[in-house]
Amino acid sequence: MSVPLIALTGVTRRFGDGPAAFQALRGVDLSIEEGEFVAIMGPSGSGKSSLMNILGCLDTPSGGSYRFRGLAVETLDRDQRARLRRHALGFVFQGFNLLARTSAQENVELPLLYRGEGNERRRQLARAALASVGLEGWGHHTPAELSGGQQQRVAIARALVTGPSLLLADEPTGNLDTARSHEIMALLTALNRDQGLTVVMVTHEADMAAYARRIVRLVDGLIASDTRNDAPAGPPEGTS
Amino acid sequence: MMLWNAVLLALREIRRNLMRSFLTVLGIVIGVSAVITMVTLGNGATRSVSDQIASLGSNLLIIRPGQHLGPGRDSAGAAAFRAADVEALRSQVAGLAAVVPVSSKSVTLVAMSRNWSSGVTGTSRDWFATGKWQLAAGRIFNEAEERAGAAVCVIGDTLRRELFGGQDPVGRQVRVKQFSCEVIGLLASKGQSTMGNDQDDLVVMPLRTVQRRLTGSVDVGSLMISVRDDGTMDAAKEQITWLMRERRHIGPGDNDDFSVMDTRQIAETLSGTTRVMTGLLGAVAAVSLLVGGIGIMNIMLVSVTERTREIGIRLAIGALEREVLLQFLVEAVALASLGGLAGIVLATLASMGGATLMHVPYLFNPGVNLLSFGFSAAIGVVFGYVPAQRAARLDPIEALRHE
Repeated sequence: MSVPLIALTGVTRRFGDGPAAFQALRGVDLSIEEGEFVAIMGPSGSGKSSLMNILGCLDTPSGGSYRFRGLAVETLDRDQRARLRRHALGFVFQGFNLLARTSAQENVELPLLYRGEGNERRRQLARAALASVGLEGWGHHTPAELSGGQQQRVAIARALVTGPSLLLADEPTGNLDTARSHEIMALLTALNRDQGLTVVMVTHEADMAAYARRIVRLVDGLIASDTRNDAPAGPPEGTS
Repeated sequence: MMLWNAVLLALREIRRNLMRSFLTVLGIVIGVSAVITMVTLGNGATRSVSDQIASLGSNLLIIRPGQHLGPGRDSAGAAAFRAADVEALRSQVAGLAAVVPVSSKSVTLVAMSRNWSSGVTGTSRDWFATGKWQLAAGRIFNEAEERAGAAVCVIGDTLRRELFGGQDPVGRQVRVKQFSCEVIGLLASKGQSTMGNDQDDLVVMPLRTVQRRLTGSVDVGSLMISVRDDGTMDAAKEQITWLMRERRHIGPGDNDDFSVMDTRQIAETLSGTTRVMTGLLGAVAAVSLLVGGIGIMNIMLVSVTERTREIGIRLAIGALEREVLLQFLVEAVALASLGGLAGIVLATLASMGGATLMHVPYLFNPGVNLLSFGFSAAIGVVFGYVPAQRAARLDPIEALRHE
């Protein structure tokens, strides 16, 4: 295998200065290959979110290096990181983060808009992305008219529409009931399995992490364990 | 491409908060409409003044004692003219069609047990032709009446309405102070003048009648002189000035204690006044435009705070700093421009209405409309920049965590 998709070496993240400083990451080494499905777990305050922000190029490490496909992210400026996000990354958040009062179709088209795609192409790609998350024909609904599970599907469609190399999911099931949570996890699993999409997901729920094929545990800003899950979970009985 | 999308987005955002958008741009609407209305009406008034004076003809000179024209003129030190001045000008200056003495006095008139305050003009028969007056009924006074200072008068249309209840006044009596005066003629109506005064509110009598019975002096207030078509204005002015200096014993080094103005100068003086007023009112209105800009800035700042999360989403998805900046800047400019457009529509209506009320022509002025529109858009840029920059500089992580 050539260059890993993600290569973190001795990554630290410090907030503030002096005695009030808080060290969120204390030297994380992590390598993720294309096509993996990784769950990052850990108690609150363990540095999950800080790691996720760095992986998502929303934040830069205080120390160490982050190479995305060999590209040193810490050397990029704000606009270059934005370009990297728009071309290579897809985000799914706990709170869905859809634009309110904006139709699902337009929400999904949004990343394409910033990429400068034409009207017709935007519409087609967004429709296809909505269909791939099982929301064909729901495009004209606004988030307020959709259930939580549907909103998260729209968010996944928005993350997928640009054809990203990496899907980052930050507690994607945190705001959903159990049945919806398993649906979303099934969807992510299918995307990983069928399309080879690399998925990195932060969660604190063990039964959600069980869907992943690799589980990384963070404690106090350090990787405590990194284990393979050779028997990833499928949807439990009674859900589909 | 991106810009067009930003415009669409801005318009949608404005439509979503229609009431707030409306209130936000109200300052701009009022500012723009005030500027345009002031300037348009001012231009109309200026035009109207010039037209009115030009209608008197380009060959008219007016001589007054003192040096200033217009309100607050100082003629206290300067001696009035006499009937002899009129004779001297008639006989010694070549190329004059008429020299008309004018003496005025405010009086209360009584007829048919009704009162009316008006101005009496004492003058000669040439006054009617020089001022381009037409008779609606009756006649003007003849030479004998003029010489004798007879108690006869020609009245304007307003007096017919106010004193005689619209009936034919010719042959009836009007009491002016202690004497009674026969109405021998009625002037055709000229309507209201630009300066807002009623041109038909006047009584015309022979000069001598006014001097003897009303002012009690032989002073003549001013002289109207019409120059014959074949004479040149400048030559006439020069000769008149020379003759009057001699008659008034002004030494070679001293300034004139009278002024000779032609209609063009009078028009310029009057429209100069209107222009200054227009400029002042326009400046006041421009300040309200600025205030409107501050309103836009305020609301845009609120809007950026409210939409912090949205901005976070856009940034996370890959919007560049300048794209977010553009989005909010375009929104501010769109708001301000819509305000400008609404202001133009309002100003057009207000100017048309105002022009009708003030009896001035409505002159559409593309320059001031374009300028005001451009200015309001510029206000959007200036006052929208700070909020837009604040939006663009947000940290996506913080912004996503907002609320």
